[in-house]
Amino acid sequence: MGSRGSTLSKIPNVDKLMQETGFSQAHIIRLHDRFRALDNDEKGYLCPQDFEAIKELAMNPIGDRIIGAFFAQGPQQETVDFNSFVKVLAHFRPTDKNRPKESTSPDPINSRTNKLKFAFQLYDQDKDGKISRDELLQVLRAMLEMQVTEEQLESITDRTIQESDTDRDNAISFEEFRKSLDKVNIEHKMSIRFLR
Amino acid sequence: MAVLRRPECLLLTALLLFCWPYSSSALQWDEDLNVELRDADNATAETSLNKQGNQTEHAPATIDTLPIVTWKWHHVEAPYLVALWVLVCWLCKLVFELNHRVTNIFPESGLLILIGFVLGGIVWGADKKATFALQPTTFFYYLLPQIILDAGYCMPNKLFFSNMGAILVYAVIGTCWNAGAVGISLWGCYEGGAMGHLEIGFLQFLLFGSLLSAVDPVAVIAVFEEVHVNEVLFILVFGESLLNDGVTVVLYNVCDAFVSLGAAKINAAEIIKGIISFFVVAFGGALVGVIFAIILCLLTRCTKNIQIIEAGFIFVISYLSYLTAEMLSLSAIMAITFCGVCSQKYINVNMDERSVNTVRYAMKVFANGSETMIFVFLGISAIDPAIWVWNTGFILLTLLFVFVYRIMGVFFLTWFLNKTRLVPVETIEQVIMSYGGLRGGVAYALATVLDPVKIKEKNLMLCTTFLVIYFTVVLQGVTMKPLVKWLKVKRSAQSELKLIEKLNNRTFEHTLCAVEDICGRIGDNWWIRGWNRFEQKWICRYLMKPSARKSQDYLFGVFHQLNLEDAVNYVSEGERRGSLAFMRSEDAASVDFKKKFGTDMSDIMPDIMVNTDFNGLDVSMSSVTRESVPSVSLEIHENDTKNLRNNNDVNVHHLLQQHLYKSRKHHRHKYSRSHFSINQSEDEVQEIFQRTMRSRLESFKSAKMGVAPAKKISKHPQKDRQQKMSNGKSLDKSKAHPYGDEDFEFSDGNSASGGEAATYQTPYATRSGIVNRAFMPEMDTPPTMRTPPWLSQAETDGSVAPSQRAQRSLPWSPSNIRRLAPLRISNRSTDSFIMADVVKPPENPEDRNSRRDET
Repeated sequence: MGSRGSTLSKIPNVDKLMQETGFSQAHIIRLHDRFRALDNDEKGYLCPQDFEAIKELAMNPIGDRIIGAFFAQGPQQETVDFNSFVKVLAHFRPTDKNRPKESTSPDPINSRTNKLKFAFQLYDQDKDGKISRDELLQVLRAMLEMQVTEEQLESITDRTIQESDTDRDNAISFEEFRKSLDKVNIEHKMSIRFLR
Repeated sequence: MAVLRRPECLLLTALLLFCWPYSSSALQWDEDLNVELRDADNATAETSLNKQGNQTEHAPATIDTLPIVTWKWHHVEAPYLVALWVLVCWLCKLVFELNHRVTNIFPESGLLILIGFVLGGIVWGADKKATFALQPTTFFYYLLPQIILDAGYCMPNKLFFSNMGAILVYAVIGTCWNAGAVGISLWGCYEGGAMGHLEIGFLQFLLFGSLLSAVDPVAVIAVFEEVHVNEVLFILVFGESLLNDGVTVVLYNVCDAFVSLGAAKINAAEIIKGIISFFVVAFGGALVGVIFAIILCLLTRCTKNIQIIEAGFIFVISYLSYLTAEMLSLSAIMAITFCGVCSQKYINVNMDERSVNTVRYAMKVFANGSETMIFVFLGISAIDPAIWVWNTGFILLTLLFVFVYRIMGVFFLTWFLNKTRLVPVETIEQVIMSYGGLRGGVAYALATVLDPVKIKEKNLMLCTTFLVIYFTVVLQGVTMKPLVKWLKVKRSAQSELKLIEKLNNRTFEHTLCAVEDICGRIGDNWWIRGWNRFEQKWICRYLMKPSARKSQDYLFGVFHQLNLEDAVNYVSEGERRGSLAFMRSEDAASVDFKKKFGTDMSDIMPDIMVNTDFNGLDVSMSSVTRESVPSVSLEIHENDTKNLRNNNDVNVHHLLQQHLYKSRKHHRHKYSRSHFSINQSEDEVQEIFQRTMRSRLESFKSAKMGVAPAKKISKHPQKDRQQKMSNGKSLDKSKAHPYGDEDFEFSDGNSASGGEAATYQTPYATRSGIVNRAFMPEMDTPPTMRTPPWLSQAETDGSVAPSQRAQRSLPWSPSNIRRLAPLRISNRSTDSFIMADVVKPPENPEDRNSRRDET
């Protein structure tokens, strides 16, 4: 109990963080342990290099984008402190229907829209609010690897854009993105069980 | 039945009349056979009947004179009766499906049972005895396997395995709970004196409980398919029902063994053995299934040369897995389930697409057919006064316990599972799950197998089983749909296939994996990724064809599938609005011939000049001039020709029929047991070859005359065209259209050649992209005259038009044509071509070469 209290007391604004993210104490402690494990030089924050040190992540075709997402939360952030680290991970907390939402925060971090926003920014690398053809092509290229030819990739990209591109600007805006994924159970597919 | 209208009534009466004679004709054979049929558990109806047939048939009869025909009922009796019953059962289904109002309210399974009562009544009325009843052997060996196989083969794999834990909990623990609780409670009530005196011991009660514990997949599928609940709920109920069949049979066997042992000999060791046996049998069965699935996958890797029967392997191997497991006294149902589940992914890519379709349809035919038969016979078998033993306490208590314990079991297990589930099963869904505990054929068959020597009250148990089945299938089945509506259970979202959804699923998977890595914990996604890698690396290597492995990416598969759909839609859309003939380059070309030489030909075919703007030409011309896209031109075509069509079409069809493509229309019907007719295209190849030669000659002629039929390629970029599309679909259609895109890249603004020549040349060169390409390398006309459209476009336009890729994979590649054509030149069909004798005789290579020398 003592160690638990001491861990929590080290984290600034831990109550606010817990309220914002919905994580329990146990989760916060666990994540804090992980945070410190990732933080090699005990600097109290994480750099992109710290993430890149994770072996599996380096093999992930969109790993760099996900690392980028951690640094994209604030304006031109170069480092991630524990609070933003937890906040990013809170996107993946499963939504619980039974627990009534706190009236103070109408839209918790793990809401459907926020989960979608997170996914959207993985595509939208130049942050212009639109997934352009090139951006989509890059993602596809990374994920399909060498199993298809470049031309096939391009036609898949074109087709994907057409499917959701309602205003015909050859790019997918967030609204279009959301609409095209209307039927997908985002709450399910963007959640991790152990973060519950 | 009042709802049935006249045609249905007629059919029904016909049906009843139809089954009358042979149900009474069965009188003659049932005396000597029925005993045999009913008793023999091992001998199937067929074999016992065959024995009978052999006896009568092989007796050498002395004859006085040569009989012209003889009456050999006994010779064909057994198969005949089987076939007739199959027919009758299917006709019953036909009768019900005529009127959807009935099946909307009443589930089909219930209706089939009801008509089974009627048929059974007729049989009984004729024989005064229940002649036909569903035999357990028939059920387990001939009716059940295909249903289970179909369920396994068509199982949504990903969903099944991601919910595997929950399904297993429901199937194993839930079933054991049902069996135990029902058995023990009944025994308690019996001891409490609720049923009077019965010769049933504790173990017998347990046995009875175990046979009633199976939720029947047949009934569940039949009801839930009509209800369309959401997929997670469906997979939970369905997966449970599928697996717990195996579990029930195992449980039943263990209990049966205990009953045989007798209460005295049972000690702790035996009970432990029983538990071990339970797991060995269930999971051993699954293992047998997996082994056979692997064999099946390996086999389909090399069935390329025997495509016609490769579909058959699926059935044979799966059935063998069932029998093998049965032979090893492992769970046969588990075996065939897992055989289907595990092999589906690999055999579907290994086999030819047509074989896959064959398997799918054949499996549905078998499964649906035997499902129908099971339900009808569940009705028929009940019409037998011998089995009806009434014991109010026993029967009502059983019904109550079965119902109540199911609910309790589901709620308790779900509460337990929801603690760890990512998406908890909601309360309403739990209600549906517990309400969906339908009992069916398996329970009945197990009840019939009961040994009357060991279990004195077999008939009571049998009739209680019947009542439980009727109660659940009919009553719960009927009320299921209203209940689902009333409780507002989340229905399955009928969504169309979307590339972006699939793409995002992939992204989500990667994202979740990455987040798990960042969190540094091993979660579900870690396992999924590990399995996927393992599958990619090892399983696919051994179980998949190399060719299938290469083009295996899922996203690309979806893309391909979508394109195929669009192509089909395009064609059907086009057909609804008129002929799609304009798509054929050949047709367009032929029209141009007519136009060009129309004046010469007018005496031969007076209607040609009138027809110059009919379908093909009209569309091609109008679209060329308006520079629109083919999908749009369909509409233009419709508008333009609406008034012309009526009289033009007649002429056109007449004309086409007279002069075009006799060879294709009347292609030879070859009979082959090992191939479908594939040779249709050869005629076309020849035709194309001839046309190619002609077009070349024309171009030479004009070149010789100093008229360069130069084609300018108007380079309007892809994007322009994309934005012209009315919606996404139409663009896709144009993609699917192999020739479409290029038609409009050309403008025939060639002042040098006369208008006549231009109209002749343009669609010719453009429409038939094949034609040009085929002989492009050999042509000695200056390259500026005819830049290959695909090349110049690729140079000028960065983005690659899909149609060009499509063209690249056209069925007749240039080399093919060159290779095939000279071989077939000898048997060319001169009659088939309209201009054949007017312009010049069809060319052959020598001719062409000489002509080139001239120039």
